Amino acid sequence: MRHSLRRDITIGAIAITALVLLPLVWPSKALIDFVIRGASLGLFATSLNLLIGYGGMVSFGHGMFFGLGAYSFGLLMQRTGMPIPVAFVLTIVVNAAVALAIGAICVRLKEIYFAFLTLAFQMFLYSLIILWVPLTGGDQGLRGGIPRPTFLGIDLADQKQLYIASCVLLVVGLMLMRHIVASPFGYTLRMIRDNAMRAAFLGINVFRIKLVAFVLAGIFGGIGGVIMSLFVSGAYPEFAYWTVSGEGVFIIMLGGLSTFLGPMVGTAILLLLNDVVTRFTEYYGLTLGAIILLFALGLRRGLTDFLLDYWQQFRAARAPMQRS
Amino acid sequence: MLTIERLSKSFEGIAAISDVTLDFPTGSLTAVIGPNGAGKTTLFNLISGALRADAGCVMLDGTDLVGLSRTEIVRCGIARAFQVASIFPSLTVEETLNAAVQAHRGRAAVLGQRFPLADCGERAREVMDMFGLSKKAKTISAKLSHGDQKLLDIALALVLQPRVLLLDEPTAGMGTEERWQMIEKVYRLWEREKMTVVFIEHDMDIVFKIANSIRVLCYGRVLAEGTPDQIRGNADVIAAYLGTEHEVEP
Repeated sequence: MRHSLRRDITIGAIAITALVLLPLVWPSKALIDFVIRGASLGLFATSLNLLIGYGGMVSFGHGMFFGLGAYSFGLLMQRTGMPIPVAFVLTIVVNAAVALAIGAICVRLKEIYFAFLTLAFQMFLYSLIILWVPLTGGDQGLRGGIPRPTFLGIDLADQKQLYIASCVLLVVGLMLMRHIVASPFGYTLRMIRDNAMRAAFLGINVFRIKLVAFVLAGIFGGIGGVIMSLFVSGAYPEFAYWTVSGEGVFIIMLGGLSTFLGPMVGTAILLLLNDVVTRFTEYYGLTLGAIILLFALGLRRGLTDFLLDYWQQFRAARAPMQRS
Repeated sequence: MLTIERLSKSFEGIAAISDVTLDFPTGSLTAVIGPNGAGKTTLFNLISGALRADAGCVMLDGTDLVGLSRTEIVRCGIARAFQVASIFPSLTVEETLNAAVQAHRGRAAVLGQRFPLADCGERAREVMDMFGLSKKAKTISAKLSHGDQKLLDIALALVLQPRVLLLDEPTAGMGTEERWQMIEKVYRLWEREKMTVVFIEHDMDIVFKIANSIRVLCYGRVLAEGTPDQIRGNADVIAAYLGTEHEVEP
């Protein structure tokens, strides 16, 4: 299966090239903003799908890692002025450590208990951000901009360079997560999702596997937050609010959870809706709610799930014809 | 040798297994029989660690298994298949067995390589061949026939290379012909792997045909144990199965 890793790397390289060339073909500020936001939310939603789609762990609190990533990175840059890559790595370390501690408490729980405990931890983080004014600026957020010193000639204060950096982070992040779900670990995670009791009888340490998945998802969710903090040059309490988790679940419902790129498709749909709907009506939430109902009741799954089923049925229907 | 000494387990005051002492000699093919509610599945749950005994011990070659986790008991060499096939519905047969082999070899958490691991494939194929599942390698487990799901369940247990294999009603829910096919596979497996097999079975024709020793449970107690011939002539067993005990005058 070595070739499939090489294939992924090739696809990744092509994707980065295509994304970098995109603004040259279609120069538009709106497009650049769209892709950067897409990279941030897409990484976040895909990381949440590691838990929901592959691990069967529906977290309602995954947004805490988005907020934590944004605040850790923003604070490190504002307070220390260290080079961006160092702050980035430290942010990953912070997210991993927090995810390890919270995961150790949460992943033992099942279904709704897991969902609500993760939500409780998120609201705890949110309250902490609001209350710890000297550090976080409270409900004002991290204001005054995040310093972005150039590193090796890369200036992330420049929107075009931030665009390229976001594309690289997105594609590399997706490739790493793709590698995770295609690894032996990824299949063990699927086994636990399908039948945890049987997995335990096969000698699998269910707790450990779930915890590692939780930490990995926390790291990639945090990278989504870092991109967002760079984009808005700040960090705000809303990044850690429960609605971010809701948005993640929402994206997965729109895009589908059974294909790896489903959450990316969902992210694109959500951002497009966001841009289009707000142009016509102030009842954004209402419209979005109606659309999710349409997906849930009409398609009964996300868009990519629906297309995958359709394709499989199409192939099954054609197979007997080809034989005759 | 697997021995059980004075094992007891009750649920909310009702004894499911009370003071059971049994042994399963190494290399035997033993049937556990008994009327519904006799405690057969509970016995398997206690041996495999799915339930914790209230009292007594389960010894495998001198090690007490009571209090060990399911995972630890698996490592000691006891594997089980389930009454209702316990499989991984969304994985294909091949993926299931590859994942099981890698789990058995302690590589379930490997992140640096791609699935399936090259050195696990051979064993997975071997087990697929053994159970005649090779043709269905790419089939999603949820779409397998009932019989094939049961086979896959047993195959999963076998991947663990157990010394003792517990089969909870391998022929449950099957038609007569399918039953005999299944039990023939179990018999050949036992002959070939030379392990201790303990199975729960309701079909007496099957039990008396293939088992070389039989344990009879009734209301959580051991009613009889011995060779098929000894059991066939045992008055208590006949009474339990024909229900004559209810006709006895008080």
